[in-house]
Amino acid sequence: MIAEAMQPMASRPFRIDRFWKETYDTFSMELMPLDGHTFSFEPGQFNMLYVWGAGEVPISISGNPTKNHILTHTVRAVGSVTKFMANLKKNDIVGVRGPYGVPWPVAEAHGHDIVIICGGIGLAPLRPALYYILHHREKFGKILMLYGARTPDDMLYVKELEQWRGRFDMHVSVTVDRADASWRGNVGVVTSLMPRFHFDREMTIALVCGPEIMMRYTLLELSKRGIMEENLYLSMERNMKCGIGVCGHCQFRHFFICKDGPVFRYDRIKHLMLRREL
Amino acid sequence: MEDLKAYLIEHPFLQGFSQHHLELIVGCAKNVRFDTGEFIFKEGQEANEFYLIRHGKVALEMYAAEKGHITIQTISEGDVLGWSWLIPPYNWQFDARAVEITRAIALDGKCLRDKCEHDHDLGFELLKRFSNIVSQRLESTRLQLLDVYGN
Ligand SMILES: Cc1cc2nc3c(=O)[nH]c(=O)nc-3n(C[C@H](O)[C@H](O)[C@H](O)COP(=O)(O)OP(=O)(O)OC[C@H]3O[C@@H](n4cnc5c(N)ncnc54)[C@H](O)[C@@H]3O)c2cc1C
Ligand code: FES
Repeated sequence: MIAEAMQPMASRPFRIDRFWKETYDTFSMELMPLDGHTFSFEPGQFNMLYVWGAGEVPISISGNPTKNHILTHTVRAVGSVTKFMANLKKNDIVGVRGPYGVPWPVAEAHGHDIVIICGGIGLAPLRPALYYILHHREKFGKILMLYGARTPDDMLYVKELEQWRGRFDMHVSVTVDRADASWRGNVGVVTSLMPRFHFDREMTIALVCGPEIMMRYTLLELSKRGIMEENLYLSMERNMKCGIGVCGHCQFRHFFICKDGPVFRYDRIKHLMLRREL
Repeated sequence: MEDLKAYLIEHPFLQGFSQHHLELIVGCAKNVRFDTGEFIFKEGQEANEFYLIRHGKVALEMYAAEKGHITIQTISEGDVLGWSWLIPPYNWQFDARAVEITRAIALDGKCLRDKCEHDHDLGFELLKRFSNIVSQRLESTRLQLLDVYGN
């Protein structure tokens, strides 16, 4: 522990135990620590993943927080580091620093109805919250999950979505932006699913994650539909370097996303979300 | 009629209408049902109705020679389908096709347009609600065009 505190930027080596494609541009990996220690985290936290020869990027933990022997990440290959990562394979070594950041307020949400709204890769950081909620199902009221993807081929965790959809104790609705006639599900942005549901103003806590513009419209819609702004939470993304509030790369006005976020209560940052340059 | 009225009163789109206006609207309403795959309307046809969906799902589609049918949006329970009946020249701009068995209340647009001419309060209420829907759909379409999940 002392060694870690003295070397906050040092990564722990993890071995890739499983590596698989989720979609054509997204993959998941399960990592095992080489130092023999376990890894615990809270839903919504992220790690800095270091790939030797490529660089380091912040990636949310997408696995089950109640199973601390497996560390799971889901990554979309968008640029230099993540595209390099997409070519890793079983038994390759990745450096891991973390877990970092403020988690989803899942324990504080006991006794509430939960609405999870996510777009694209935004489902990855919300999946641990959903695992937690389903693990403690009796502590929550109604559970609603709305997920929007670009096309049916971009949908993450399809098998799991089907399982969740089959449960009697939660409601899952999925929509895509574009589809051909063979798709029999919903088409339209994720906000278009909302009018079909009633939200109890005080009882409902919403957790939202996706591209910033999608979150902006989703949060506006949720507050229009009566959910109190202090019950709305979102996870923000910004470019990161240190992940521990030192370098200033992730600055969002007076916040550092890496240590004050990535999860924020909407009313605390609402005034910043419409500013163009921060 | 009573059955229709009970449903119409509950529909979110009609909430807040006066008793008098609801009576006028019920006078233009009927129950309809569409089978899976059935076209409710086609692009270019005269638009003389709109629909309050009770159950099922409807796809709004465009046909492009090289791509076939492209779904723009789906509309389900509690949603409103169609506003072309309200805006001249009253022609549908898309195809609407039932993706599954769909039950709806059809409101006769000609009948309602007549009533709106005579009762401008009713016309104003309807316009306010439809402009809300039109603006939401416009916003959704813009977000779809931005391809937000992909970037
Ligand atoms: C707290 C946090 C959690 C994240 N969780 C995940 C996750 O679970 N899965 C996942 O796939 N991605 C996640 N991201 C985004 C991920 O960090 C970026 O996609 C990654 O850093 C891009 O690195 P790159 O070198 O591959 O791309 P680059 O070559 O740096 O850039 C490629 C493109 O991505 C943009 N970009 C670069 N960095 C970021 C960034 N940090 N945020 C947004 N856009 C960026 C660039 O502007 C460019 O358009 C998370 C980001 C943060 C801050
Ligand atoms: S990443 Fe360095 S301060 Fe947040």
